[in-house]
Amino acid sequence: MTDKLIEARGVSHAFGSMEVLSDIDLTIRQGEIVAIVGPSGCGKTTLLNLLSGHITPTSGTIVRHGTLRTVYQKDGLFPWLTVSENIALGLRHVDDPAVRQAQLDEAIALVGLTDFATFYPHHLSGGMRQRTELARALVSRAETLLMDEPFSALDYMTRLHMRHELVRLLHKMPRTVVLVTHDIEEAAQLADRVILLSRRPSRIWKQLDIAAARPRRVTQQEVTHAVRELLSILNLDATGETPALAEEA
Amino acid sequence: MKEETSAGSSRWLTAGVIAVIVAIWSLVAALGLFPPSTFPSPLAVVKGFGEEIRSGRLLTDLIASLYRVGIGFTIAAVVGVPLGLWLGVQARVRMALLPLVNFFRSLSPLAWIPFAILWFGIGDAPAVFLIFMTTFFPIVLATTAAVAGIPSIYFMVGREHGFSQRELLSNVVLPAIAPQVITALRVAAGLAWLVVVAAEMIAGRDGLGFAIWDARNGLRMDLLVAGMMSIGLIGVALDRVLIRLSAIPSVRWAYDR
Repeated sequence: MTDKLIEARGVSHAFGSMEVLSDIDLTIRQGEIVAIVGPSGCGKTTLLNLLSGHITPTSGTIVRHGTLRTVYQKDGLFPWLTVSENIALGLRHVDDPAVRQAQLDEAIALVGLTDFATFYPHHLSGGMRQRTELARALVSRAETLLMDEPFSALDYMTRLHMRHELVRLLHKMPRTVVLVTHDIEEAAQLADRVILLSRRPSRIWKQLDIAAARPRRVTQQEVTHAVRELLSILNLDATGETPALAEEA
Repeated sequence: MKEETSAGSSRWLTAGVIAVIVAIWSLVAALGLFPPSTFPSPLAVVKGFGEEIRSGRLLTDLIASLYRVGIGFTIAAVVGVPLGLWLGVQARVRMALLPLVNFFRSLSPLAWIPFAILWFGIGDAPAVFLIFMTTFFPIVLATTAAVAGIPSIYFMVGREHGFSQRELLSNVVLPAIAPQVITALRVAAGLAWLVVVAAEMIAGRDGLGFAIWDARNGLRMDLLVAGMMSIGLIGVALDRVLIRLSAIPSVRWAYDR
């Protein structure tokens, strides 16, 4: 059994004549959290959709082992289903109704939504909706979670809380995570490995390994050090301009 | 800012407005500005109502009109929603048929009256045909637009959870379009009620539209106004019934946002 859950080799993708991704080589190993960071419009979501198989690359190959689930920025929940019914979608593989109900109750409790189980998504806060999505993804047997800017629609305080929640939940139910984000701090706080994409057509530009154990405080040295390093790679620290990216593009 | 009005106070407000209108109406009638034969007083209309109810004619006409609307509208919905679904899903079929649907939708249903009478004569059939022609195309169009507007993310989520094609239809497409289809059905039912009156005026032997036409021919303006009021009240009642569909918990999301 290989520990490589996703292997992308020489993957390029174009929408019509516009090349979005160019020659991506990427291996996702079991148990790691990989953050993919890049400027907006660089094709992060396209890369995620390629990894999940929702779209097929124009060229190159992607090999997947095991199943995966995507957690979206927002609107990934069915608005016509309650919290409980949405999470239950992740348990479709469980045949025994009693077992399914028990796992469902446990998952709802784990994300702290027991009192909101019968609520519809539009009656929940953004943070609660993302916890519902996380619960739905985690109750499934999927080995890999693909997360597309899962916390970027939330305010800063809720975002910090949700990062903590994600680490806590992954501690209980270990999964491999590919996290697409534009939030450097989020990447530094959560990821074992940060992959920086260049401007369109995006290539893998730099990689940064962060060895510190989780949970990490946002102010702890390894995290702030990683943020500084990522900023300096992006040449973003002083002016907010990105000459390095401009040169690359 | 949302205005806070309780159901009770809004009811009183409506009652007040109606009272004022009736008062002005009584006053104008009492002043004799127009001859009673062209401008019946509220009292004459109430008497007319009483006459129509006692004779049983109001009930017969009401049932006749509701029956026609019920049949025409039901056929339009039963055929129109699936056709709209098909057009929404199949781009090729949509390209082929959507211009036609748009053409017929733009055609006033009243333009069909000559054919309705030629093909179906007098009675229920021409009215049902006209109601079908009125409601079918808007229902198809609204359903097609609703299907085309489903966010692709819902299909991705469905596929990731192993939904079959059939499950994508029943567990994603239908619940996703339900709110828009319900709204379209409400609008279509309102149109049907408008058209049945016109259809009965020309091609009917009973029904509220015919009652109005008959009252006009008999110069009974009191009965004519009584008929108009019945039509208005039933129209409001029909809408009240259909609006209940939008209170179903699994479709509320679209109305609450």
